[in-house]
Amino acid sequence: MTGEIIGTYATAISLLIGSAFIIVGVIGLLKFNDPMTRLHAPTKVGTIGIGMLLLAAMIHAFTLGQTSVHEVLIMAFLFVTAPISAHFIAKVNIHTRTCQTPPPPPRDDTWSTLSTPDQEPQAEAATKS
Amino acid sequence: MSRAFYWLLPHPLLTLLLAVVWTLLQNEISAGMVVFGIILGIVIPWGTSIWWPDTPKGFRLGKMVTYSLMVLWDILVANIQVAWIVLSVPNAKLKPAWIVVPLELRQPEAITVLAGTITLTPGTVSADLSDQGHSLLVHVLHTDDPDAVRDDIMTRYQNRLKEIFI
Repeated sequence: MTGEIIGTYATAISLLIGSAFIIVGVIGLLKFNDPMTRLHAPTKVGTIGIGMLLLAAMIHAFTLGQTSVHEVLIMAFLFVTAPISAHFIAKVNIHTRTCQTPPPPPRDDTWSTLSTPDQEPQAEAATKS
Repeated sequence: MSRAFYWLLPHPLLTLLLAVVWTLLQNEISAGMVVFGIILGIVIPWGTSIWWPDTPKGFRLGKMVTYSLMVLWDILVANIQVAWIVLSVPNAKLKPAWIVVPLELRQPEAITVLAGTITLTPGTVSADLSDQGHSLLVHVLHTDDPDAVRDDIMTRYQNRLKEIFI
């Protein structure tokens, strides 16, 4: 019986912590006014907010006597895919110049997003016509 | 023997990973599902090996496990710091910065792991790679000392990844 009570409280606390981090992420998303700083808020929600909610689901299933490990997989796939979407949003921001222009890299010519081959097809078209 | 092994299992760790993921997906461990997972783990890398020509040869699994635990701890700590920044620092006082991390890693897999780690740690987002792949562009949410953040990334993550991917 006490095990059930501890499990219920642990589930509730995990849910509360997860929800608190998600609401902080949403506040950040609404508060910041620059696309690049806004990007920082969802990455936080994606890691610890969802992580604590999944932990709550695992503890709940464990108290009911059904061990569930699907949540670990959700976590793993989330951790692998979340940086990719953030990376692409950052690349779009750099490409459309909606943020500060980044400093040039020290060893190479330019950033890969900014090295667009736009001029070359036009130059080819100009030489053909 | 070794050639036959690599012909059958082009990516041995991927085989192991696929078997484990399949077993976890079943939500209960039974011998039949483990065997089916191993079969899938052999067939899928073998069928897709044309698109993966280079096998990363040196990879230390043990150090990767300690590295993942360290990153999880960093994510916890950084989350609390960033939550505090979001709630307490007004927009006018926010100091976002671009920092450039010189890359000493050369393998694409290692650079991907480094970029993913930087993005998962709240407060920093890896934004771009230079066209020859010698530096990584990172955006920091709020910092007083961009150079310290860069040195932290280099000593804390990059040096460890250099030991994992040989």
